[in-house]
Amino acid sequence: MKPTDISAPDYFHKVVDCQWACPAHTPVPEYIRLIAEGRYSDAYMINWKSNVFPGILGRTCDRPCEPACRRGRVEENPVAICRLKRVAADFKDDVKHRMPKPSPKNGKRIALVGGGPASLAVARDLAPLGYHCTVFDSDPKAGGMMRSQIPKFRLPDTVIDEETGYILDLGVEFKGGHRVDSLKKLLSENYDAIFIGSGAPRGRELDIPGRKEAAANIHIGIEWLASVSFGHVEKIGRRVIVLGGGNTAMDCCRTARRLGGEDVKVIVRSGFEEMKASPWEKEDALHEDIPILNYMVPVAFKHVSGKLIGVTFQKVKAEYDAKGRRNLVPSGEPDQTIPCDDVLVAVGQENAFPWIERDCGIEFDKWNMPQVDPITFASTNPKVFFGGDAAFGPKNIIWAVAHGHDAALSIHKMLSGEDINERPLPEVNVFSQKMGIHEWSYDNDISGDKRFKVPHRDKVIALKDIKAEVELGYDVKLALGEAQRCLNCDVQTIFSAPACIECDACVDICPMDCITFTENGEEDDLRQRLKAPSPHRDQALYVAEGLKTGRVMVKDEDVCLHCGLCAERCPTGAWDMQKYLIDMTYAGSTCQSKARSAA
Amino acid sequence: MTYIAKPKFQHPGLPKNELGYTHRDYEGKVSTLCAGCGHDSITASIIEACYELSIEPHRVAKISGIGCSSKTPDYFLGNSHGFNSVHGRMPSVLTGANLANRDLIYLGVSGDGDSASIGFGQFAHSIRRAVNMTYIVENNGVYGLTKGQFSATADRGSKSKKGVMNTENAIDLVAIALQLGASFVARSFSGDKSQLVPLIAAAIRHKGAAFIDVISPCIAFNNHAGSTKSFDYVREHNDAVNRLDVLTGRDPITVEYAPGTVQVVEQHDGTRLALRKIDADYDANDRLAAMTFLQKHAAKGQVVTGLLYVDPDAEDLHTHLDTVETPLNTLEAKDLCPGSAALEKINASLR
Repeated sequence: MKPTDISAPDYFHKVVDCQWACPAHTPVPEYIRLIAEGRYSDAYMINWKSNVFPGILGRTCDRPCEPACRRGRVEENPVAICRLKRVAADFKDDVKHRMPKPSPKNGKRIALVGGGPASLAVARDLAPLGYHCTVFDSDPKAGGMMRSQIPKFRLPDTVIDEETGYILDLGVEFKGGHRVDSLKKLLSENYDAIFIGSGAPRGRELDIPGRKEAAANIHIGIEWLASVSFGHVEKIGRRVIVLGGGNTAMDCCRTARRLGGEDVKVIVRSGFEEMKASPWEKEDALHEDIPILNYMVPVAFKHVSGKLIGVTFQKVKAEYDAKGRRNLVPSGEPDQTIPCDDVLVAVGQENAFPWIERDCGIEFDKWNMPQVDPITFASTNPKVFFGGDAAFGPKNIIWAVAHGHDAALSIHKMLSGEDINERPLPEVNVFSQKMGIHEWSYDNDISGDKRFKVPHRDKVIALKDIKAEVELGYDVKLALGEAQRCLNCDVQTIFSAPACIECDACVDICPMDCITFTENGEEDDLRQRLKAPSPHRDQALYVAEGLKTGRVMVKDEDVCLHCGLCAERCPTGAWDMQKYLIDMTYAGSTCQSKARSAA
Repeated sequence: MTYIAKPKFQHPGLPKNELGYTHRDYEGKVSTLCAGCGHDSITASIIEACYELSIEPHRVAKISGIGCSSKTPDYFLGNSHGFNSVHGRMPSVLTGANLANRDLIYLGVSGDGDSASIGFGQFAHSIRRAVNMTYIVENNGVYGLTKGQFSATADRGSKSKKGVMNTENAIDLVAIALQLGASFVARSFSGDKSQLVPLIAAAIRHKGAAFIDVISPCIAFNNHAGSTKSFDYVREHNDAVNRLDVLTGRDPITVEYAPGTVQVVEQHDGTRLALRKIDADYDANDRLAAMTFLQKHAAKGQVVTGLLYVDPDAEDLHTHLDTVETPLNTLEAKDLCPGSAALEKINASLR
């Protein structure tokens, strides 16, 4: 194998699995250390810079970071990264004074369609640079789907108000209750750029017999959730069936439980394991006495004189073809009709762009989706950009934020007369954490604690009040315990072959058997000759050459605890623990001060 | 040294031995020796050898004297019996323990000060008496604990860290062990585990006095130019006569060796030692030749390593003394006291 080029910005970025997995590349270990130190405001600001909505995401994020977390490969559960983010938001001091100051306007005007996370992220990045940002939304308040579709018992309005407020306070103009009906008209208003972050606002229909006849008691999930959110709907029948297995279905069933639904069931086509909903959301639903029935395909709504009486399901089973693709085939069991008073249909969401005229320079593909560049987020109309669910279909908030950052960078470059396809590299800092012979500026004593549970409100009380937040969040003590579980994967093991005397001290002390000194070879061969097996090929091998015996040092990054014992045991300082920080490129990054705000 | 304990987490794919233990289960406390100490590599090698042999930790007694080397039994086999004895007195404590209970595996760990100076006589007599043990000397040529004065194994002409020349002759413990009749004699290097681990495993499986001299560079006081016990010097002058594979169990030898390149030695417990010859003329069963070979190469400044001598049919002290096979602690009063009738008989025979 060729020696590893550790100066490539991506090499160590990938070692910080959580940060690499986060679409917005939030520096997770950095903020978790700050939480452990009690520096909640600093932790919050690091999050705010990367993901814009720490309080909201700390309650609702889909957490791509957690399945990636190295701790999950070392013991049963990853670090509760998401809920620690909420800790930063819960315990921070007033951070208003730390927000960017509205700067003098540069005369350029940006229109942002939709007041959800994508548009607000763009406005957050562009407003401080002097752009006049105008956000249009049909709802009276900012937040988009975060406000209309996520139940208040998961995400209170106060949190949305606060975090959308930080952005609107940057001098962003918000036009609430203003639906954009025509892109042509908007284009004619001579904005310098238009960003479309209008989401995927249409709930998918379930067109089976009885749908029209029983329409009064069949509701489209996201529309129904929005109606509940705005107080238009306050109750539901006693027996409720929720169709669909995504997170919206979980929100629907739990909301139904709070609006009079006593016998609420979720019924899904697929198997329980393959449901799209996050495992913890399924858990929360089960905890609220909502059974989830699987392998049942709805075939008809049963009704008597216009009144829904139940849903008929065909029983199916999963079969896998030669290519491993799953097919649901009838199991042969008789159909089952489950009686109910109301049905909530949460079988997916779709984009809808009836308001974009097809002759304003925006090309659409065969699925009626706009053609959007996945890096610049530009459409085929050079002035118009897309992001969030509007760009590539339904994802989640953290993706919308990431899109927003990239689109803002494109808009800024375009309006600065630069090529939007040239994306500046992120800025990387790597610096030693050595404080003394055996002292490091991070806590390298690995905690053996298991993942701490987030306290929940008593179920009886929670089910009575639709606005009572179910999760209470970690208290300071639990947060500290959980923060200590983080393995500090951003503190990198850095090896210098010329200093090494091949004494084997690092090999002997490494608790995870990560380090091997051996003859070089091809990667497949080398992976088999390591001190411990190396089954995860997506995890890099760090190879260094230049040793006196002609061997190479091979470190398997896979399960390294970043405990620094290799460096503590190294008599010559050939190993060092160095913190890797990466500053992603945002709009205006190139002119920003190099100084970091925290840590 | 380190102040934090080694984390309990271990690699999820770590192999397990016949007892279901990983090599981590054979560890002891975290070492308090200097960073990079050769002794820590020997510790790791002992752990590896015991893991590979699937030894039950509670069947091992590890005994040491005083010195950096003698601290190391604290760092391996945390679930074994241990006795950190008086300076230079490891051999007599070990001999006593062995006589009392021959069922345990005896691991004597000592250093060049402990065995070649204050305990030289003890070393000699335990070898001479053929105590069934694995006697490991962690040999760095200096008194590390008292800041690096030459020890009795420092080569004449080698330099101290401050540049002072050693004018005294060195004791070669390997040569002495050979002369005193040790039935398993080896030398190795802490920086070469692939050689050291099988040697320790073979020594543990050997019946009789097994002696291993392990050159173990002292990073703090004896790893400089001019030292003959430094990493660089040993790597440059290492003359390995053979490489060893230890084959336990009754399985046939599956590794293919070119004809004439391997010598298979079967020990009393069935363990087979496959010696892959590096020096074609070297015969590990010839004590006299070994002694000559050693002297010749030492004169050329070479460090001869490998399994230098083995007598697979050796007997140990218990055989010589015809002692009772049962450990003393399990002998009942009726075994120990034959009764007044027997006493009468003896008395009568003396009248």
